[in-house]
Amino acid sequence: MDLALLGRAWADRSGDRRRRVAVTTAVIAGITAVDVVATLRAGRARRARRRLVRMELAVTVNTPASEAYRFWRNLENLPRFMTHLESVRADDLRRSHWVARGPAGRSISWDAEIVDDRPNESLAWRSLPGARVPNAGRVRFLPAPGDRGTEVRVQLGYAPPAGRLGRAVAKLFGEEPEQQVRDDLRRFKQVLETGEVVRSDAGPDGISLGQQLRQRPAQPLSAGSGR
Amino acid sequence: MKATTWVGKDKVKVVDVPDPKIMNSRDAIVKISSTAICGSDLHLYHGYIPAMREGDILGHEFMGEVVEVGPEVGNLAVGDRVVVPFPIACGRCRSCQQGLFSVCENSNPNAGFAEKLMGHSPAGIFGYSHLTGGYAGGQAEYARVPFADVGPLKVPDEVPDDQALMLADIFPTGYMGAEMCDITPGDVVAVWGAGPVGLLAAASARLLGAERVIVIDRYPYRLRLAADRAGAEVLNYEETDVLDALNELTAGRGPDACIDAVGLEGHHGNAAMYAYDRAKQAARVETERPFALREAILACRSGGVVSVIGAYGGFVDKFPMGAFMNRSLIMRTGQCHVQRYTRPLLERIRRGEIDPSFVISHHLPLKDAAKGYQIFQKKQDDCTKVVLKV
Ligand SMILES: [Zn+2]
Ligand SMILES: [Zn+2]
Repeated sequence: MDLALLGRAWADRSGDRRRRVAVTTAVIAGITAVDVVATLRAGRARRARRRLVRMELAVTVNTPASEAYRFWRNLENLPRFMTHLESVRADDLRRSHWVARGPAGRSISWDAEIVDDRPNESLAWRSLPGARVPNAGRVRFLPAPGDRGTEVRVQLGYAPPAGRLGRAVAKLFGEEPEQQVRDDLRRFKQVLETGEVVRSDAGPDGISLGQQLRQRPAQPLSAGSGR
Repeated sequence: MKATTWVGKDKVKVVDVPDPKIMNSRDAIVKISSTAICGSDLHLYHGYIPAMREGDILGHEFMGEVVEVGPEVGNLAVGDRVVVPFPIACGRCRSCQQGLFSVCENSNPNAGFAEKLMGHSPAGIFGYSHLTGGYAGGQAEYARVPFADVGPLKVPDEVPDDQALMLADIFPTGYMGAEMCDITPGDVVAVWGAGPVGLLAAASARLLGAERVIVIDRYPYRLRLAADRAGAEVLNYEETDVLDALNELTAGRGPDACIDAVGLEGHHGNAAMYAYDRAKQAARVETERPFALREAILACRSGGVVSVIGAYGGFVDKFPMGAFMNRSLIMRTGQCHVQRYTRPLLERIRRGEIDPSFVISHHLPLKDAAKGYQIFQKKQDDCTKVVLKV
């Protein structure tokens, strides 16, 4: 049903848009059960399906797949490397409550469920009906060839609603939502391999693209501004 | 605390800044006793490395006493005397575990920025621009040392600061430059640049069994050091045609290995060649003046090794790819993986095989850092290496 809808969008568009829709179709076909559009159908933001944002990114970590899986499976770990999240609380093995940093200090929260869990291999989740920003994701943990650690491959999709909230969400994720997720994965690698997000004097909050463009000088923070 | 900060092109200033604090649990804070100015600091000083900010604390060669450790640092205690390698390395990523510490995959918080310029990111480096992490440097009274459980090496009391400090960068860098040459008996090794790194590369090539070492520079006082302290033959490129002379010395074979210890701010005996690259560099069309590299490639015997330890930041022009490809040359390069070399080289110092402090020409107090940069830059007063005492 939703794939058919995307198929119609495909027929209507050309050039870059057409390519993006093609990729979206492929990813949604890949996510199967956690199809964001399916999530949307149950939600209120029906019109948002047109603005579906999706991405697929990967990082290689120097740990066994089991360890990377175990860290991610404890969803409460996610805010340690996903900086737009304030907290994730696991209600039980399947359901969880997520709180994201919203614009102007307001936070956005939603409930999510795990829809597919293959220990040490992959994990898929999606937001439950009622989420203001319906979203879904899947992460796969694939042993890299020749003992090169684990390839962590993430598919994410979200559908910003129309109106003011939509604009605020777009602002939160910046012009390049992919960059945000890429930075998340870099931090995931740092936390998994070194134990923490790595900080420097010019970048006391760790990796972030925005910060790289507006760096403070490389000298210690003053006493008042320390963490 | 007092710290040496970059103010702008050709300008540094010692100013008061806040003391560093522990930011990660594997950090240590070191109270610095000795810190050196490096040739690559001059590249920053001259503004050839991108991404400097006014107020950045300079310095990547320093040592001192541990005054604070984070909760995850089990191998160091307050009061330990340590020398700190210049690349910041986590010790746990695959690169670190293969001994490639200067390309640690986790230590550069600005990796995304570096990737845009270099494809992939190198490690973070102390006091070496925002491209390599925006870490405060060690030409200061104190420094924060991340991954202190991996990098810092404890120095025994009987090894003086001047010897131990050379382990932060230039002795391992020179040594790695020689090691990359795969020296076998009978080898002739030529070294471009008789700065501190070139001198220590020459001395290391001798330690590793080179039959003859030839050092090329234009400053007679530096060439004297190469001859007297590194056991090298010397060529002054302002007086000699280097390619002819090297062919003459090796009966036409060419050196078996050539080390570029000059990097991006080379000089050339031929005024027109120098003017060409200097003009392009000034216009920022080209970021480097790669004379030494070009000449090393042309000089090297067919099938030989060109070992590049001089620092580069961006792009080079007129790279003699034809010579490089048609004559089966091998190029090896890298920022030094210092953590790999500190222990074995400390042992060589203790056994009296080498005293790397022979390259030091000046000691100044930290407050005179600006003067140190000036005399080093202008090669005044036979300056080879400036150590700042804190
Ligand atoms: Zn150096
Ligand atoms: Zn590492």
